[in-house]
Amino acid sequence: MSNKVVHAIYNDDDVLMDAVKKTRSAHHHIEEIFTPFPVHGLDKAMGLASTRLAICAFIYGCIGLSVAVTLMNYIMIEDWPQDIGGKPSFSYIQNMPAFVPVMFEMTVFFAAHLMVITFYMRSKLWPFKNAENPDVRTTDDHFLMEVAVHDNESELVSFFQSTGAIEVKVIDKH
Amino acid sequence: MYTFSSKLKTFSLILMLLGVLGIGYGFLTAPKDIKEVENILAAESHGHHAAASDHHSVKDAHAEAEHHAHLEHVLHQLQNKPWSALYVACIFFMLISMGVLVFYAIQQVAQAGWSPVLFRVMQGITSFLPVMSVIFFVLLLLSGMGMNHLFIWMDPEVVKHDALIQAKTGYLNFPFWIIRAAVFLLGWNLYRYFSRKNCLSQDESNDNSFYKKNFNISAMFLVFFIVSESIMSWDWIMSIDPHWFSTLFGWYVFASFFVSGITTIALVTLYMKSKGYLEHVNTSHIHDLAKFMFGISVFWTYLWFSQFMLIWYANIPEEVTYFITRINDYNLPFFGAVVMNFLFPILILINTDFKRITWVIVMAGTVILLGHYVDFFNMIMPSTVGTQWFIGVSEISSVLFFFGLFIFVVFTAMAKAPLLPKRNPFIEESKHFHY
Repeated sequence: MSNKVVHAIYNDDDVLMDAVKKTRSAHHHIEEIFTPFPVHGLDKAMGLASTRLAICAFIYGCIGLSVAVTLMNYIMIEDWPQDIGGKPSFSYIQNMPAFVPVMFEMTVFFAAHLMVITFYMRSKLWPFKNAENPDVRTTDDHFLMEVAVHDNESELVSFFQSTGAIEVKVIDKH
Repeated sequence: MYTFSSKLKTFSLILMLLGVLGIGYGFLTAPKDIKEVENILAAESHGHHAAASDHHSVKDAHAEAEHHAHLEHVLHQLQNKPWSALYVACIFFMLISMGVLVFYAIQQVAQAGWSPVLFRVMQGITSFLPVMSVIFFVLLLLSGMGMNHLFIWMDPEVVKHDALIQAKTGYLNFPFWIIRAAVFLLGWNLYRYFSRKNCLSQDESNDNSFYKKNFNISAMFLVFFIVSESIMSWDWIMSIDPHWFSTLFGWYVFASFFVSGITTIALVTLYMKSKGYLEHVNTSHIHDLAKFMFGISVFWTYLWFSQFMLIWYANIPEEVTYFITRINDYNLPFFGAVVMNFLFPILILINTDFKRITWVIVMAGTVILLGHYVDFFNMIMPSTVGTQWFIGVSEISSVLFFFGLFIFVVFTAMAKAPLLPKRNPFIEESKHFHY
């Protein structure tokens, strides 16, 4: 099987959204879409499975909360109880209000940072990685849809021209 | 057009009737003199009775006087109880419609595209504001006329012996206080009146002039509101505890009634949808309202905790007494409010899919509304009835009465105008709002 793909390039996100819906209803398989900025609702229009990043975020938040509780309990209660403003220093639960800011911040910190790292790993992004954009214009103001060709090259080209693409190219992918 | 079904009307009238009966019962059964209080206290504490009679036999004149003062104190608290119950329910329901009005004004000023299909629901709920303003103002007047002891700074006898209140009399005096109340209530009601009028005129208009007018008056209202809201919270709630003060109290009260207002919009919208109206409201609108319920619940918690932690940590006697009373005498409602207003909503509404499911929102919304009633209860009751609190006939009937009145007024108002503001410039976007 050939590795040919069609690159349909658009210069407006609304046109792109319409084109995505048409492509889906015509049962062509969209491999990837490159956009210069996040297009709202594109994931749903493409029919991508909803992200599980939120579940990760919740788990990371819980980890952060546990770390904060353990940390404050060890530092402030077990290892070296300190008398700060006469607050109860021998019981975690009685001194808890003072630790809530730490618990909150650590929850947010863990959720945010680990979520970003997870996102990078899941998207196969890391420092010094070469960009995968097939067309540099997709980093500026153009939108590119990549669709696999299955011996229907001319049909696909005319189809994408009818969806308002400003440029349709057939590329041999290695 | 919505028609107010006779079934719902009867239901609201029954609620009001039950409420009036219960409120009346509360006032009639409140003790009238010290003798009755003595009987009540004796019935409450059989164990202590023997010790108390021993004490009496000593005939210590000083103890006798102290005992008398204590009885008088409890008498005032018990006489305050039906008044406080009415006051808490009244201010809570009035502020719910106020929260909706603010939410509505923010939508106007933000030129939000998603919400215009909900405008008539919001206007329906805010039509409750004038009714409640009148009732509330009458309650304030009655307090000022000495019918109850809700605001102890109004009592010249108390002020005479209280240096702290004396220093505040320039601000805390009845004429100035009631004038402020009149100005605020009038200002809010004027905005509500003109905003609804413009919105209805916009339906028949050929241009957007009424829409622009609404934008302007909404912006002016929000400025007026945020100043008057802070002062309102000091006047009507914080001054019940005239020795205590908290600088973020205005925000705290605001967060409480703002989330209650948004929850009410969601619940009324879901009710109307279940009756087959509001065909343009889809799950995305409901989802957005639920996100606000979730977000503002967390915001409320943030303020609740900020107020608590600073005072707890600083431990200044005149400040910390506020929380000591609440934790000692109101332990269950005080921490119960946090569970109902924070833990429950955050756990159930954190899930995206749950924010679109009707029964989840109705359940979470009910808990949030009850929780914020308890929150207002915690703000007002400890200084008016002290340890004599109880959620009994007076409290429940007051809520039932205003709930019945709410249904009656709101759904009558909603039946008066088409449910879709058809000429709003964002109406198409709102109809097709899809998240």
